[in-house]
Amino acid sequence: MATKIYMDHAATTPVRKEVLEAMLPYFTEYYGNASGIYGIAKESKKAMEKAREQVAAAINAQPSEIYFTAGGSESDNMALRGVAEALKDKGNHIITTKIEHHAILHTCEYLEKHGFRVTYLDVDADGKVRLEDLEAAICPETILISVMFANNEIGTIEPIAEIGKLAHEKGIYLHTDAVQAMGHVPIDVEEMHIDLLSISGHKLGAPKGIGAIYIRKGVRITPLIFGGAQEKKMRAGTENIPGIVGLGKAVELAAAELPETRATLEKMRDRLIHGILEAIPYSKLNGHPTDRLPGNCNISFEFIEGESMLLLLDALGVAASSGSACTSGSLDPSHVLLAIGLPHEKAHGSLRLTLDTDNTEEEIDFILEKLPQIVARLREMSPLYEEVSKQAK
Amino acid sequence: MEYSAKVMDHFMNPRNVGEIEDASGVGTVGNAKCGDIMKVYLQIEDGIIQDAKFKTFGCGAAVATSSMATELVKGKTIQQALEVTNKAVMEALDGLPPVKVHCSCLAEEALHAALWDYAEKNHIVIEGLKKPVNDIDELHHHTEE
Repeated sequence: MATKIYMDHAATTPVRKEVLEAMLPYFTEYYGNASGIYGIAKESKKAMEKAREQVAAAINAQPSEIYFTAGGSESDNMALRGVAEALKDKGNHIITTKIEHHAILHTCEYLEKHGFRVTYLDVDADGKVRLEDLEAAICPETILISVMFANNEIGTIEPIAEIGKLAHEKGIYLHTDAVQAMGHVPIDVEEMHIDLLSISGHKLGAPKGIGAIYIRKGVRITPLIFGGAQEKKMRAGTENIPGIVGLGKAVELAAAELPETRATLEKMRDRLIHGILEAIPYSKLNGHPTDRLPGNCNISFEFIEGESMLLLLDALGVAASSGSACTSGSLDPSHVLLAIGLPHEKAHGSLRLTLDTDNTEEEIDFILEKLPQIVARLREMSPLYEEVSKQAK
Repeated sequence: MEYSAKVMDHFMNPRNVGEIEDASGVGTVGNAKCGDIMKVYLQIEDGIIQDAKFKTFGCGAAVATSSMATELVKGKTIQQALEVTNKAVMEALDGLPPVKVHCSCLAEEALHAALWDYAEKNHIVIEGLKKPVNDIDELHHHTEE
């Protein structure tokens, strides 16, 4: 079914028209390699430095602290492996959480195979890290704390400023995966004591394949990719100038529009969440009720399975996602939903709808009309619901 | 991963959804932990499966295989029903994505569990039928862990 209603913005976003327009000249007109000394190369270099300023300004960093990468996963890998390598003589302990993106978790698993010790912090039922747990996990060997700014599945925003304060008191670097948060909630690396921060372009209206990492001046880190002298030898490879221009533009737009966008999305999100919870029995919101990403709605429906919901929504032209095993390609449901204490069967029945400003109130109405029918139809077919409805009689 | 048109047809318009009151045999397999539970009801008269119904908690493939498996056994003898293997169900659906093959196994196991229940109730032995192992009891076992 052709998608008419797109509610999977946490997976990826369409490239914004202003962003595409800003990028286009750098494909065919200003195609120069930024390392050159001739006119056309200078255009590339100039555009790149402008983008660096745009990204830096959005998070209160210096342009010299921004390095462009191929995306969020690369930035996450670079932060963890780069700091671990650079500080291995200082210590071998890293602290992260159980709800991180796999770009963090799988990198940590790799580091564990190479002499590092990793503590994976539990989170509370809303998905928040407890500061006392973090404090208790810190030991003299701790070299890095990596806690995501906001969770991609359940939308919970972590107390990064408090975590950063604690990390800096203890002299430990703080990395945050801000792939979902960037452009959606305010970020200030100074105020929040952030040392490293991962950014992805395609989550905020820039194209796929471009990202950035903020590295505070003075932070010790080794590069992931060796080669040319690009990005002050921190990230080799001819720069993706159109992508970089797009990222800069998208970040600039998002930062300028943030207060308004946030208010609009939160209103729409809360109408969607409350509408669903009121209309459908045996449903539960996943993630923090208020400290959550403006566009994130994640709800579990008992007795049914997520992929079935997605297929029926797709048949109506609605694009959404789920934390069920069947959508993860494994037999286990989402590690995030399990970490907030959902039993497997409820984790299988989760639905994530992520909104952005291209969604409309009419689309929310459509979901609120159709979703109860979809859930009822699947429950009618479910042997688990049969037991419950018999007990109720 | 993409489903065949037949899988989508059996998911969107599942055949034989429901229960059979006082069924000759009922079998439930799978567990909620791995995300699939199938319950199959069989009405058996004179050794012929007169009717088959199902209820399934699971993904698109789980619903489609339940639908197809119940279609395939209706009107069959018990021995013919035993030939409705996971492979037969899968072929009838024009295949399944590799990660979904286990769903077709559940369909076969649910049928076998229902036939086993029938055999036990009637104190008969069905040749070639083994006691179902992937039983609903695993659900309770798992949740107690």
